[in-house]
Parts: sequence; structure tokens; C-alpha cells
Amino acid sequence: MSHVLQKKDFWAGVLYVAFGAAAFWIGRDYPMGTAGRMGAGYFPTALSVILMLIGLISAARALTQEGEAVGAVSWKSLALVVGSTALFGLLLPTTGLVIALVVLILISATASQNFRLDLKAAAGLIILVTFCSLVFVKALGVPMPLVGSWFGE
Amino acid sequence: METISNLWLGLETALTFWNLAYCMIGVLLGTAIGVLPGLGPTATIAMLLPVTFGLPPVSALIMLAGIYYGAQYGGSTTAILVNLPGESSSVVTALDGYQMARQGKAGRALATAAIGSFFAGTVATVLLAVFAPPLADLALQFGPAEYFSLMVLGLIASVVLAHGSLLHAFGMIILGLILGLVGTDVNSGTVRYTFGFAEVSDGINFVIVAMGVFGLGEIIGNLENESTRTIMSKTVTGLMPTREDVKRLAAPVLRGTVLGSMLGILPGGGAMLASFAAYTLEKKVSKHPEQFGNGAIEGVAGPESANNAGAQTSFIPMLTLGIPSNPVMALMIGAMIMQGIQPGPSVMTEQPVLFWGLIVSMWIGNLFLLVLNLPLIGLWVRMISVPYHFLYPAILVFCAIGVFSLNNATFDVYLMAIFGCLGYIFRKLDCEPAPMLLGFILGPMMEEHLRRAMLIAKGDATVFLNRPISATMLIIALVLLATILAPAVRQKREEAFQEEG
Repeated sequence: MSHVLQKKDFWAGVLYVAFGAAAFWIGRDYPMGTAGRMGAGYFPTALSVILMLIGLISAARALTQEGEAVGAVSWKSLALVVGSTALFGLLLPTTGLVIALVVLILISATASQNFRLDLKAAAGLIILVTFCSLVFVKALGVPMPLVGSWFGE
Repeated sequence: METISNLWLGLETALTFWNLAYCMIGVLLGTAIGVLPGLGPTATIAMLLPVTFGLPPVSALIMLAGIYYGAQYGGSTTAILVNLPGESSSVVTALDGYQMARQGKAGRALATAAIGSFFAGTVATVLLAVFAPPLADLALQFGPAEYFSLMVLGLIASVVLAHGSLLHAFGMIILGLILGLVGTDVNSGTVRYTFGFAEVSDGINFVIVAMGVFGLGEIIGNLENESTRTIMSKTVTGLMPTREDVKRLAAPVLRGTVLGSMLGILPGGGAMLASFAAYTLEKKVSKHPEQFGNGAIEGVAGPESANNAGAQTSFIPMLTLGIPSNPVMALMIGAMIMQGIQPGPSVMTEQPVLFWGLIVSMWIGNLFLLVLNLPLIGLWVRMISVPYHFLYPAILVFCAIGVFSLNNATFDVYLMAIFGCLGYIFRKLDCEPAPMLLGFILGPMMEEHLRRAMLIAKGDATVFLNRPISATMLIIALVLLATILAPAVRQKREEAFQEEG
């Protein structure tokens, strides 16, 4: 039997309780109102209590029953994919679309074990960046600077 | 007769040059993205949603519907050729379709899927045209209490019919409901759960949630078990089913269509349940059950028809009641709201052009699928062959630019990154994100109806039980819940979803 701290049910329970508690705590100042005249806090407070209960049941289930283990978490993929996406947001206004795209594509691609920066990958990169610049910026008019504020525009 | 004149109005709308063009583009784009392995229809539609925002509402919805069944068909193609079903509803297609492909009958399997889907789509469109108006009439009599109970029923039914743990499905629904409340409360003006960010004072855009959880989350999950895939038959030949095939096809297609149309209306994994049920049925009635799993053409025809019929009839509750029965319909409702249309029974009377145009365009879209996809199969095979490590950075790029273009805000890109992180965590913990998306869309509506019902009843909660329609719906929900908790049914349900593996 796997340890409680390895079980999916346990961590899902923790997640629900955390979300429920956060929603309850943040919403503590929202006016409750009455059942006939519900304030802004009534529905969210009710939901957060239910969510915490579900979380407790889930965690309790992990304590009493057999359950699957979470297994290995691929922190590297997670960090690279999420990180490169956030970095794109950061770089878009400052360095412009072209550099932001190159950074997003290259960093996220390293998450794959099959990735090599060879001729084919470089060609794909150039095609994708050119396609996005032409279609989204020139044709569709999405207001993204091709060259960002750092380069004096 | 009214049905005829309505369909005529729809025909006039759907057959305008631009709407035809958008329908075709939608079907093509949907199939193109849908065939990419590891990208289900929900992620596909979320990714392509921003493309439709600049269009007028009718064209946008026509295109979105096209994307939906294009994506579904694309998913079946991938299931047959690579044994990699992009979504749960094509899992059973892969069982026999892939075996057919291994025997060199890929073309016939694909044609079977296309023909079955077209037939099912045609029947389901007629059903939609016939049954939507009376249902919408009934829904017009609904007050807030009925709506609240209907949403409760819808959510509970979606939990019961979906696979995975009941408890987690409930947890994810509640989580979705809470996330849906982020933003300004329409009644009191109180700003809730925004952490002081003005960007979310109108709520979190559902596209961000869908792209993050389904798009990014799936990518990270897929990267975990990156493997080399083998594609069956680089050149697909022999598209035409033989005369004997057609004979074997007819009955399964018919049965699949009937089964799929009925199950599709139910909330929850309508389309998925339909394809599973159709496969089981075909296996039961077949004289050669041992052929199933070894390339039985019935095993492709039945589920594919059921799948498509279900996909089509799931529009019925969405269009008439404004209730999404699956995550794709939730996205559709989100798209309608963004276009300034409040989904519900009034859509049909206030926007007949949109309503009937959409219905007729569904049939036209199915026709496009049949005529375009088989000749283009070479192109789809080439798209499937793109290795995943080239694919996912491109998907990320389109997600990032798509989300940015919603409000031209980098804030939305960060938010998507956060939801991507959450999406991966949910996957790791076996928490299905689909119920969360349903809850997310329904959250604000549910609160509003609850409030109004309680206001009218002066705080008396028995109002939900005193009104007959509302009470009936709550009782059905309770019965559903009770049956699923009964040990015998529970075991059966686990068996039913077992084949998915």
C-alpha cells in the first residue's frame, strides 16, 4: 500500500481544501445578505464550504482506502512550458513579437527529449515566426509590436 | 409545415456565399487541427475561437460548429491511422479502425466513418429542427426556480454519465462554479476574487481557462509519455467500401444513429457514452462477436455514427435551454455570450436567422466533411506525421497569441500560464477538468437564478420543491445520484468505462 502522502486522493483533497479555504477567507468580507436577499457573499461562501468538505472526504478516503500514487511529476516540462508562456507575455511589449516568439518556441521545445536544433528545426522556427508576423500583425491587425520598446520605437 | 418554412429560412441564411465559405473554412480548420495527435476537440475549439471573434454572430457560430465536427472527424482519422484517439469518444473507433488500417483497409475504415457520420448528422439535424421548437416553448415558461433546478440536474447528470471518480467530478464542478464568480457581482457591484486586478473585473475569460487547462495542460501531460508513433499506411488507398461492406454497414449505422441521438441530448459525456454504448450494442447483436477488436467494420460504423449523432443532438439543450451538456457546448455558450447573444429559449424567437441558419449549416457542414475529407486524406496523413516536438511549440504559439488578442493584454497570457499549471496538476491527480469548465460557465447563471428564485419566494427554499417542473427535475437528479451510488450500478458503470484503458 502506498503511503498517504503519495496518493492522488490525498493531494486532490489538499487542493480542494486550499481552494475552498482561500475562497472562504477572501470572501469573508463580502456582504452575506439573507436567504431572501442574497448578498455577494452568500453563494461563494456556500460553495467554498462545500468544496472544503469534498476536500476533507477525498483526503479521508486516501487515509482509509487503497489508492493510486501520484507518480513522477515532470517538473522540467511543467516549468519549461509554463515558464516560456509567461516569458512570452513579458517579452511581447518589451522586445517585440519576433524575439518573444523565438524565445517561446526555443525554450518550450527543449522540454521534449526529441528536440535538436538542426536545420529542419531552424527552418520550422523561421517559417512559424514569419507566418505569425504576417498573418496576425499584418493581415489581422492584432496590435503586437514586431519590434518592442527596448529597441526605441 | 412550420418546420419547412423555418428550414427554408435557415437554408437562405446558410447558403449565402460568406456563410458557406465560413462553414467550409471551419470544417477544414477543425479537421486540420483535430487530426493533430494529442489535441482533443475542446482544445482545438478553444484554440480556434479567437479566429471567429471578428465575424458577425451568425457566421461565427456557423464556423464554430464547423470546427466542432471537423475536429471530431479529425479525431477519428487519427484514431484509425495512428491508434491515438485525441478524445474519449473516438477511443472505441481506434479499437477496430486501427486494426482495419493494419490490414491495409485504412481507406475503407475512413470512408465508413465518413459515411456513418454523414448519415447520423443528417438524421440528427432533422431531429434538432423538429424537437428544438417545442422544447424552447416549454423552456419559455421556466422561472428562475426551474432554471436553477435544471442546472443542478444538468451538472449532476454530467457527473453521473462522465467517467472517473464521482467525488472529484463534484469537487471540480464546485471549483469551476467558484472560478466563474470571479469579477464584479452584477447585483451588488461588489468586486469578488480579483486580487485587485482590474483585468478580471468582468470575470475571467473562458477562453483563457479552456486554453490553459486543456491546451497547455495537455501538452505538459503529453510530454510525459513522449513515444514514437507509427502511422499506418503513408498512402491510403481503396477508399470506396465494397458492396459487401455497405451491406454490413447499414444496420450498425442506423442503430448507432438512434442510440447516439438519444444519448447526445443528455448532459454529460453524451457523445462519448454514445460511442461506447454503440460499440457494446454492435458486439452483442453481431453474429461474429469474435471479429470485434480485429478489424470489424461494424465496430467502426456503429460508434462513429453514434458519436456524430450525439455531437449534433447535444446542440438541442444548448440552443433551447442555454445549458451546456459538455465542455464543447460550454465553449459555444461562451462564444455566444461574447457575441452579445444570451443563450436560452428566446434565441429561437428573437434570432430565428441565427438559430435556423446554424441548424441548416450543420447539415451542410456534414456534407462538406464527406466531400472534402476523403479526397484530402493525403493532406491529413501528412499533418499527422508532423512529429510532436515540432507540433507543440506551434500550438503554444497559437494559444499565446490567441489569448493575447482577446483583450490585447499580456495579463491574459500570464493567467493562461497559471491555468496551464493547474491543468497539469489536475491531470496528475485524476481530476477531470471537463466538469470544471461546465461549472465555470454555469457559475454566474446559477447564482443569478438562485437569487431571483429565493427573492420571489421571500427566502423560502421550498420553492424549488413546490413548483412541479422544478421538483421533477430535482427528483430526477436525486434518483440519478441514488442509482449511481448503489453498489451494483456503480460496478456496472466502472465496467462500462473499462474498455477505455
